[in-house]
Amino acid sequence: MTEQVKEYWRWKEYNWRDKNMDPKGAETISAGVDVGSVSSQAVILVDGKLFAYSNMRTGSDSPDSARKAITWAMENTGLTLDDIHYTVGTGYGRVNVPFADRAITEIACHARGGNFMYGSSVRTILDMGGQDCKAILCDEKGKVTNFLMNDKCAAGTGRGMEVFADLLSVSIEDVGEMSLDVDEEPPPVSSTCVVFAKSEASSLLREGWSKKRVLAAYCSAMAHRVVSLLERIGVQKEFAITGGIAKNAGVVTRLEKELDLTALKSQYDTQIAGALGAALFAKALVEKQRKKVAQ
Amino acid sequence: MKANYGYMDGSGNFFITIDTDRCLECGDHPCVGACPVGMFEIIVDDYDDEVAAIKEEHRKKVKYDCGPCKPTADRPPLPCVVACTPGAISHSW
Repeated sequence: MTEQVKEYWRWKEYNWRDKNMDPKGAETISAGVDVGSVSSQAVILVDGKLFAYSNMRTGSDSPDSARKAITWAMENTGLTLDDIHYTVGTGYGRVNVPFADRAITEIACHARGGNFMYGSSVRTILDMGGQDCKAILCDEKGKVTNFLMNDKCAAGTGRGMEVFADLLSVSIEDVGEMSLDVDEEPPPVSSTCVVFAKSEASSLLREGWSKKRVLAAYCSAMAHRVVSLLERIGVQKEFAITGGIAKNAGVVTRLEKELDLTALKSQYDTQIAGALGAALFAKALVEKQRKKVAQ
Repeated sequence: MKANYGYMDGSGNFFITIDTDRCLECGDHPCVGACPVGMFEIIVDDYDDEVAAIKEEHRKKVKYDCGPCKPTADRPPLPCVVACTPGAISHSW
C-alpha cells in the first residue's frame, strides 16, 4: 500500500502573457529575474509595458531556476533569450542568473516595482517574502530612502505560513480566509520563532482549539511581528504590500487593523514586484547604454 | 538612503544604520579601517553610488561582532561612529 502525501504548502505555479501585444519591432525588450529563496519569477517588458511573466518554486539549483523561469515566461511568445536586450537578476540568487547583464538587490527592485504597480504616491512598501521580510520607504520615483530587512528567522515570512499549512492540513491558498472565520480573535502565538509557534500550535490543538482559531492566532502573530519591523522604520502613507503573503487576507486584514491603514490595491500580481522592478531597471540601463554609445 | 544592516530577534533590535547621502560626502571612508573586526566595506550600491556597507558575513551577527566595542560599563565612543566625520553611522542598541 502506498501512502499519498498531500503537500498543503504547495501553491500554484503559473505563467501569463498579454495576448494583445506583439513584441516584434519593439525598441526595448527588457527582463527581470527574481530568484528568491522560495519562489522565482521572470518578467518581460516590451517598451516598458508588462508583456509576460512566470511564477514558480525555486529549486535547489539557482541558475536552473532562473533559466526555467525565463523560459516559461517566454513560452508561446515567439521570443528567445537573444531577443532580450538587457536582463537584471535580483533576489537571493541574483548572482546566479547566468544570462543576466547585472545584479541589483531585491530591496531596490521591490521599491521600483512597487512604484510601477501602485503608482508614484506609494511611500512604504512591505515585502513579505518566502524567507525574509523587508520594510522599504521610497520616494516618488521608486528610489529607496530607507530600508529594514529581517532575514534571520522564518517568523513573519511565507515559509512560516507554509509550515502552518502543513501542520494543520489546510491548503496554503485557504489559510487567510479560514483564519478570518472566527467569532473572536484569539491571542497570538509566539511571534519570535516559527519552531516555538509550531509547538505552541500543537499544544493548542490538543487543548481543543479549532484549526481556524489556530490559524487566526498565527496570522495575528505574523502581523504583529511585521508591524514591529514597520514601526521601527516609520510607516508613511501610502502603504502597499508585495510578495506572496500579500495574497493572504488573514494577515493583510490584521496588519491593516494594527497599523490603522488600508493597504493599496493593484491590478498586478503582488508576487512579481521584485522581477518587475528588475525589468524596469533593465530598461533604464539599456537606454543609458544606448545614450552613451550615441554620444 | 538610510541603509539598515542587522536584524531583530527575541532579544532585541540590532541594526547599524548608514546614511548613504551623508556617506557620499566623505572621500576617505575611515570607518573601514576604524572597525577592529573589519565589518565595513566600500561598495557601489544599486544607484551607482560608492558608499560604506556592512559586509554580508557580519550582517546576521552584529550584536556579537560589535560586542568588544560595547562593554556593559564605561562604554567608550564607538570607533566607527567617531571615525565617520559626516556622522553617517549610528547603532540601534
